Amino acid sequence: MMEIGLSHYLTLAAVVFCVGVYGMLTRRNAIGVLMSVELMFNAVNVTLVAFARYVTPATVTGQVVAIFTIAVAAAEATVALAIVLLIYQHHRGINVDQVNFMKW
Amino acid sequence: MSALSLAFYALAFLTIAASIFVVTSKNIFHSAIYLILALFGVAGLYVLLQAPFLAAAQVLIYVGAVSMLMIFAIMLTARIADTSIRQTNEQTVTGLVVSLGLLAIIVYSLWQTPFPISDAPMPEGAGRTLGRLLLTKFVLPFEIVSVLLLGALIGAVVIAKKDPQRREPTMPKTPLPGATQEASR
Amino acid sequence: MLELDKLVKWIGDGIEAGIGALGLGPPWVILAQLVVAALVIIAFVAIVVLFLVWWERKISAHIQMRLGPMRVGWHGSIQTIADALKLLQKEDITPAAVDRGIYFWAPIVTFVAALAVYVTVPFGKGLVVRDLNIGILYILSITTFTVIGLLMAGWSSNNKYALLGGFRSAAQVVSYEVPMALAVIGVVMLTQTLSMVEIIGQQQKFYQWYIWRQPVGFLIYLVAATAECNRTPFDLPEADSELVAGFVTEYSGMKFAMFFLAEFLNMFTVSAVATTLFFGGWNGPFLPSWAWFMVKTLTGVFVLMWFRWTYPRLRVDQLMGFAWKFLLPLAFINIVLTGLGIYIFEP
Repeated sequence: MMEIGLSHYLTLAAVVFCVGVYGMLTRRNAIGVLMSVELMFNAVNVTLVAFARYVTPATVTGQVVAIFTIAVAAAEATVALAIVLLIYQHHRGINVDQVNFMKW
Repeated sequence: MSALSLAFYALAFLTIAASIFVVTSKNIFHSAIYLILALFGVAGLYVLLQAPFLAAAQVLIYVGAVSMLMIFAIMLTARIADTSIRQTNEQTVTGLVVSLGLLAIIVYSLWQTPFPISDAPMPEGAGRTLGRLLLTKFVLPFEIVSVLLLGALIGAVVIAKKDPQRREPTMPKTPLPGATQEASR
Repeated sequence: MLELDKLVKWIGDGIEAGIGALGLGPPWVILAQLVVAALVIIAFVAIVVLFLVWWERKISAHIQMRLGPMRVGWHGSIQTIADALKLLQKEDITPAAVDRGIYFWAPIVTFVAALAVYVTVPFGKGLVVRDLNIGILYILSITTFTVIGLLMAGWSSNNKYALLGGFRSAAQVVSYEVPMALAVIGVVMLTQTLSMVEIIGQQQKFYQWYIWRQPVGFLIYLVAATAECNRTPFDLPEADSELVAGFVTEYSGMKFAMFFLAEFLNMFTVSAVATTLFFGGWNGPFLPSWAWFMVKTLTGVFVLMWFRWTYPRLRVDQLMGFAWKFLLPLAFINIVLTGLGIYIFEP
């Protein structure tokens, strides 16, 4: 059995990221899409923190960037959910394949 | 197997299983609960990676705020056990192929790349260093993020606020094609 | 003196010797110590909650010029034990239309979250399971899981009152968590540490208590904490006269008992945190440290109960407006003033 190292964390992050990609491509519900995006954000954060731990342990730069990512993800979720609520108020549905009124 | 690798495999299993349920669950509320589980698993991974401050921040922000907002939005936009509405579109096969292909590419390139792994231990009190870095070297991005958060706050209020000028259109003016049957349920 | 740290250390060493004799390594020693600590805390917490329930009933009775429970034991002191036995015997009903999995897990999530906080609560000198160096942040983040449990309960019950209760608790806790965290930041700016034990270590003397330097922070914390515990005047998630019983409407027996336990535990937790942050924790003359901690914390709990039986319930819009339009700006002003104070007085 190998000692747990950088590659393990990166592989895990890759798996979670691809699960998020799958969800983003297949979900109809806008909130479901948003959840998949959050999964992808988290996968990226795991990568950043893993790099901070194994490549540059002396400077914690990766963790700093991860904090910024978390903040940006929070901002993104807030605005996205506000938009989802607005769409729901107007059209009584939030399935993204039906929200096509900005297409042309 | 050491305790550390045992913990890693347990957390990895938890995170991956929960995220798969997030994207496949038929009930969107269940997805949200599994999302919380996945985010909690990621927080556990941060602890293993010796970033306890980030782990706490992750739980506080993601579980305490983001997931809560999502559950709130779900409660406002869906009915309980709304499994009758199809939650996935017709791209499941394509999506599976794309994500698996992406996974293969990423994992292949990961295992091919020699990373400059350093054996230096994590310094004690990384939280303190983190705080110092945020207010010295990274002060500009820090301020930009704060402006971004303020903008998001105001934006969310403006977008979601009901327009007092507009007459309350309780029924949809332009119902989406195919949305009427599902909405009336 | 009657300090307990020697006893705790003796038990810990005993476990280490015992596990070592079985030929198992250090991870197992730590695991065994943690299991024993968890069992001790669960027992302690059960006793505290039994006492608090009786106490609340007596306080409410005396505030309303009644006597409260008087029959079972001295002044009804073992009434709660009888009630607990009754609750345990009750049938555990799962209504037909609930979302079974989530309905089952909701009370467990709430209860475990309320319990997990005690990992880093310092009960006395040497009486802390783990002095995490992110202590107070850990407590703030773990308590958010309590609300997740309430939301799960509200949603899965498939009942409009329960759903409304869940809604209200989500909105309330998201709103009040912000001023609460900001009030804590005011103290953390002064202490320069997040560790609970170190924060207490800086408040040896009476005049060093952080309430003297953070009075506004304490008031914000007190209000926000009352809201976090869903206590009157902020008990909208389970307002009995409007929502039947809010998110617990569909729960009975053991599951109801877990919500009940979690509510009283949270009350104890927020006063323990207030004791640690603002009132010098276990520091005090004459009495042993754990006794001081208990005296201060129970006083805090008493204040929360006193609120409950004195104030009327707020309206939802008043509740949200108060958090966002009053407490939040006040908390920001408090942080700015604290920063200025540090800049001027402690260069």
